[in-house]
Amino acid sequence: MTGFFEFARTYLPVLFEGTIVTLEMWSGCMLVGTILGLFLGLSRVYGNKPVFVLSSGYIELIRGTPLLAQILFVYFGLPEIGILLTPVVAASIALGLNTAAYQAEYFRGAIQSIEAGQVEAARSLGMTQIQAISSIVLPQALRRVIPQWSNEPILLLKYSSIAFVIGVPELMARAQMIGYSTFRFFDAFLLAALIYLILTTILAQSLHTLEKRVSILPKSK
Amino acid sequence: MSLLKVDDVYKAYGDLLVLKGVSFQMEKGDIKVIIGPSGTGKSTLLRCLNGLTSPDKGKIWIDGIEVTDPKTNINKIRPDIGFVFQNFNLFAHLTALDNVSIGLVKVKGMKKSEARVLAMEELHRVGLEEKAGSYPAEMSGGQQQRVSIARALAMNPKLILFDEPTSALDPELIGEVLKVMIDLAKGGMTMLVVSHEIGFCRAVADEILFLDEGKIIEKGHPSELLTNPSYQRTKEFLNKIIKLYGEERDKA
Amino acid sequence: MIYQTLLKEFPYLLKGVLVALELLAAFMSLGFVIGILLSVMEVYGNRWTSMVAVMIERFFRGVPAVVLLFLFYYGLSDIYNISAFTAATLALGLRTAAYQSQIFKGAIQTVGSGQMEAARAIGMSKVQAIWSIIFPQALRFGIGPWSNEFASELKDTSLAYTIGVVELLRRAKYIVSYTYGNALIVYGLCAIIYLILVRSGNTILYRIESKLQMPGFETRRERG
Repeated sequence: MTGFFEFARTYLPVLFEGTIVTLEMWSGCMLVGTILGLFLGLSRVYGNKPVFVLSSGYIELIRGTPLLAQILFVYFGLPEIGILLTPVVAASIALGLNTAAYQAEYFRGAIQSIEAGQVEAARSLGMTQIQAISSIVLPQALRRVIPQWSNEPILLLKYSSIAFVIGVPELMARAQMIGYSTFRFFDAFLLAALIYLILTTILAQSLHTLEKRVSILPKSK
Repeated sequence: MSLLKVDDVYKAYGDLLVLKGVSFQMEKGDIKVIIGPSGTGKSTLLRCLNGLTSPDKGKIWIDGIEVTDPKTNINKIRPDIGFVFQNFNLFAHLTALDNVSIGLVKVKGMKKSEARVLAMEELHRVGLEEKAGSYPAEMSGGQQQRVSIARALAMNPKLILFDEPTSALDPELIGEVLKVMIDLAKGGMTMLVVSHEIGFCRAVADEILFLDEGKIIEKGHPSELLTNPSYQRTKEFLNKIIKLYGEERDKA
Repeated sequence: MIYQTLLKEFPYLLKGVLVALELLAAFMSLGFVIGILLSVMEVYGNRWTSMVAVMIERFFRGVPAVVLLFLFYYGLSDIYNISAFTAATLALGLRTAAYQSQIFKGAIQTVGSGQMEAARAIGMSKVQAIWSIIFPQALRFGIGPWSNEFASELKDTSLAYTIGVVELLRRAKYIVSYTYGNALIVYGLCAIIYLILVRSGNTILYRIESKLQMPGFETRRERG
């Protein structure tokens, strides 16, 4: 594979541009997805009947269908009711909505794992439900959720590669372009694969460190 | 006007009627203990008093304000009612000091620094100043329960409800909690305690209420009720307790 | 009018489901076998064996599915001409093998080394112990996470679309193309079909899980 390193040197800059797009999409989706996911998780635990039903329905719908179908639906389907979106925006929306549904379940689990007695104690002191949730439940739940939740950012980074299907010029798309122009498909995709590998490894390590930094003592009882 | 007035309270869980018309009153400084077989609604009764549960029928007043009125803002009354749980329910992510002070900060709007000073005083009162920086997971059950009492005290309540405060504790840790409770009683706090600690009753209780099958069967001063109960059921229950718990621990 | 078209195209669309299920069966079995192999290598292998297993697992878990698909389809066609279906089976199969190996590894570790020690102590060989003692228990611990993985892969069959496998979504795309629109309805229909598939799959797996229940084996569903 002597040609591989020459190849790499030539085309790495192009792939790098694609990586930037990937990372931009990813960070946007993570931000939106986490906030929405937290909101959905809270809705499932504390919401009234209609809120609960709506969020549960949404989560079931998203988790029961493939991401690719969701992206195609958003990009090709929405224009039919008048919503025209650029590929990047469409992909970001679909990815954000998708990760939110999965994160919601992680958050819900963590919130429910906090003993109800602590909430009762908080209410007994006179705190409102919102105060109890924000000062007692969330600080603990957000710490507990990290091990499981850490899967999401990594998955999202990998699944962002699907966006090339609707023309987003991210890493995968660039690799494809290079492949078509040089016919050296194997090299192009191997290079892309290695970049993804590096990115996910760095991400996984960082999340692991975050988990260590943020944990308090072992949960009482 | 009584500090606490309970009027004809009924509560059912599904088909099971747990409270069948309970009524009693408490004045400032009263120490009353509720005893009775498990599952007869003692905890339920206590939880109705601060609104954690709502009775199906009947009314409850704390210092003239009706707790059971849906229009009442329950969050305004709760600071006046201290509640000590069987399982302590300390906030796991906070130190003892923060556990005690958080109510002052969030509910009474105090500055954190002021709240901490008050919290330290309460921790001192229960004998745990040196544990101020410890987390619940680092403390024994008895220490956790004392912190939870300090937490209730910090709010400067008009009365404190104790829901089987020592039932979840190892035997050798019960004494330290009872001592705190007795000191509180002697200091004039109004206390309603659900417990089977007869020693505590003898030491400081003004009245014992025997709750069985959802009703108050008998009430009386410890000196009378414990030695010479009027009803058969009371007698049977007291015999059972004494058999189970051996000699009453006299912690006076 | 659109509904007439849809009704006409429905069988064509459903054939896509068959293709997807075929693909699923193919690569899931491949993944299962290789997954078990990898997990045994990682847990019971010597330093080199486990290192190889870990490297394979890291690669196929760290690289996105579509990159793998393209790598196998376009990449391998330099050397060897393979169909899109085969490429998809290989790519997705090795990927799920990596995921499944983690599930099996977790299940084996949940069983605990004490069981292996006890088995060896009464004279069983390593292989016998793995087969008769570890596996039956690990199986029950692994079912929950494995069902989640199954549901996930069922949805990921759609990714074969990207290298031209004519499964459900690609057929949907064709229908949209030659009926000049109706993307909303057609893709919406696909979504419903997937929902039904995923739900049914989960129900079946749940029943199996319940049938296999034994006292003391908590089968936790994490994504439920």
